[in-house]
Amino acid sequence: MLEVKNLTKVYDGGVQALTDISFTVPSGQFLAVIGLSGSGKSTLLRCINRLIEPTAGQIIWNGVDITAASPDEMRRIRRRIGMVFQHFNLVHRSKVITNVLAGRLGYINPAWSLLNRFPDQDVKNAMRQLARVGIADKANMRADELSGGQQQRVGIARALMQDPEMILADEPVASLDPVLAHSIMKHLEEINKKDGVTVLCSLHFLDLVHRYADRVIALNEGRLVFEGLPSEIDDEKFKDIYGREAERVG
Amino acid sequence: MKSTTTKNTSLWKSVRLGATILLVFVVYAYGFEITQVNLDELRSPQRQESLVRVTRALFQPDLFTYKQDESVVNTPIYVPCPEGGSVPAPTPEDRSAPYLVFSPGCANPGDTIQVEGFNFYPNAEGALRFIPGNDPTTKLALGSDTVATDAEGHFVATLKIPDRQSPQAQYVRATLRRNTGLPQLTDTARDTWEKIVETVFLALLATTLGTILAIPLSFIAARNLMKSVKSPLGSISLSILGWPVGIVGGYFVVDQVSAFSAPLAENIYLNLLGGALAPVAAMLAARWALPEMETQTPGVPLRIARLASLFLAALVGFFGLYQVASLMVNLGALIGDRLGSFEFLGNFMVQSGDIIRTITPVVGSLAVGGAVSSFFSRLGQRGTEKLTKSQVKLMNLVLATTAGAVVLALLGQAIEWLYELNRPDITRWGMSLVGAAAGALLALFTEAKTSLPIGLAVYTVTRTILNTLRSIEALVMAIVFVIAVGIGPFAGVMALGLHTIVSLAKLYSEQVESILPGPLEAIEATGANRLQTIVYAVIPQIIPPYISYTMYRWDINVRMSTIIGFVGGGGIGFLLQQNINLLNYRAASAQMLAIAIVVATMDYISSTLRERYV
Repeated sequence: MLEVKNLTKVYDGGVQALTDISFTVPSGQFLAVIGLSGSGKSTLLRCINRLIEPTAGQIIWNGVDITAASPDEMRRIRRRIGMVFQHFNLVHRSKVITNVLAGRLGYINPAWSLLNRFPDQDVKNAMRQLARVGIADKANMRADELSGGQQQRVGIARALMQDPEMILADEPVASLDPVLAHSIMKHLEEINKKDGVTVLCSLHFLDLVHRYADRVIALNEGRLVFEGLPSEIDDEKFKDIYGREAERVG
Repeated sequence: MKSTTTKNTSLWKSVRLGATILLVFVVYAYGFEITQVNLDELRSPQRQESLVRVTRALFQPDLFTYKQDESVVNTPIYVPCPEGGSVPAPTPEDRSAPYLVFSPGCANPGDTIQVEGFNFYPNAEGALRFIPGNDPTTKLALGSDTVATDAEGHFVATLKIPDRQSPQAQYVRATLRRNTGLPQLTDTARDTWEKIVETVFLALLATTLGTILAIPLSFIAARNLMKSVKSPLGSISLSILGWPVGIVGGYFVVDQVSAFSAPLAENIYLNLLGGALAPVAAMLAARWALPEMETQTPGVPLRIARLASLFLAALVGFFGLYQVASLMVNLGALIGDRLGSFEFLGNFMVQSGDIIRTITPVVGSLAVGGAVSSFFSRLGQRGTEKLTKSQVKLMNLVLATTAGAVVLALLGQAIEWLYELNRPDITRWGMSLVGAAAGALLALFTEAKTSLPIGLAVYTVTRTILNTLRSIEALVMAIVFVIAVGIGPFAGVMALGLHTIVSLAKLYSEQVESILPGPLEAIEATGANRLQTIVYAVIPQIIPPYISYTMYRWDINVRMSTIIGFVGGGGIGFLLQQNINLLNYRAASAQMLAIAIVVATMDYISSTLRERYV
């Protein structure tokens, strides 16, 4: 279970990105995070694995206070939290298989990984994950030779290599066309339903939210403005989340 | 009101423009004065004559020459004419060999006679001279008349008879030369070739040395990597203290290994055995100590055993390194004698072995220093996490005071050594006191458990050092190295290498700063540590620009190494400067030509390679 308590983030320049956010995510839930661009979705997700250091508040995951973890503990926590990014964030010049294997870096001994050595079982596992997302034949290509949808699958395979208990997906389909978007969302859904991995996924399109999410939280200017089921977002709620002038498109 | 403001502004603008023009005028006028611009000098006939001479010489590089055949004919002549009329010139018996005919056949001093030559080399040039005395074989010759033969080998010339009188016959000598065979390289060309090869390899070695050392420096000098490095004060202080402790300890340990290894160094079979077995043993020990994957945190006894195993592995590794070095020295000396013209391969092995032997203590103590420092830093980190705030505060106070005192005491020792002050009360105790006070103040005024941006501090210090060193020209560094290692290409390698390190580190670090942050973030999110992040997210992104900059730097180094010889740094510059000083412009021209060819070739190669890799 993930508990976020009174989370606040103020950036160095004084920008208030998150204000007093509190919510709870039971293990195995698919939680969608919605809100306008700049509403703090990315900051929220990055605070959870402390890629961004929270200013105040607590994040407690399975009874462990993430915000108080030492660097060593943080490394062990992070390796159980997979992350998927809007721009995929693959290392372009590395091979696909190397990008996937990078998901094991939190587990293997640093000294050997510096020599680019991975245990055999990890290499086999990497091939299995690539097969799971349907691009096993691309394993030895360079990452930047792949199309956007394929790159995001590599990103998911990398997250799966971490043997995650939770996946943070930061607008995973925002750079993809609608058909690809559904195929990527289906992979996340499968991981959530079949493996029981908690998924926190920020999304732009409400139809995706309705289709995939168990529950929704909405942010507006860094504040939590809605928490509930996708079906509860009516026109009035919609205007609360996206502003008075907004019109529904999806 | 508004119009007057506009007017004022435009007036003010005009005044400003006028002042600017005046200022520019004054600056350039002063510049002309300082740089002594003077076209009169250029117009003076003396200057023009030398300019023409030098220009012509520069366009005739001394590259090729012919072997020359000489045909020398000495024909007797009487000066003055003997009593009783003229003596007819003796008619040569052999009309097919070269011969000279004078008219008249004798002459008084100061007379001009006509000399005709027959059967010499066709279309050849040579000298026609008067040989005083009565010995036709003497080297002494007077006059500097030149003659040129026609297609039949015939020439007609006049010769002024000098005031040398003798009752017996003296001689007139015609020396004609012709080129034979194919053109051959001159000695200058050979020397130039030898030195230009030296130049290219000087640049290669300097670039290699520079690249190897610039890469780690470039990560430390990259703001985006260092910005996020933060550590609590206790950890920083301990890691600072770890460096001197580790370096001294490391030097001692490596020295012991060296002493242990020395008696085994002479026997080549022992070298072979040691050099082969030691790395394997070290590898096995390291593999046991560093399992590929750790599922749960190991207990304390196991950790200590692993640490001991790593230490042993390091000892065995250093032993192996010494044995390999001895092996290279012995084997190189052995095969060097038998390789003939490939002796340089043996020499290379001997020198490389010697280099390994020399730098092992340095590298070893630095490595141990780094290891101890990072171990201490972890201790500090742990301590900061485990202890209460007030305990941490006390720990910080003690450690920061000690670290400050040690750092400034070391700095004081450096000052003492440089300026020979002989004032230990200031350089040792005074400095320690200041450092201790600074450390204590820092500890008092920082919150007990906050992390300080040590990364930014290291970054700033590194950048400052790099910028300072970079502003010292390689030529100036070469002068220092010539004093340290003597005149020759090695001094040039050191100077260019040092300059390459600092300038490449700067260029590289700018590349690191411009990488995409996304992959960095993604790798960090997997739980990778800092080093892993660099290897998996940073290095793949910077390989192309690194190759490109390295090529570019080699290009620059070739260019630089052509002139580093001016200050004794070896390479072709030495020859060039020598020939210019000797006014031997044709030889200097050959060297300039060689430089131009090599630089242009390097330019082409490096741009082609850069295009391919980027």
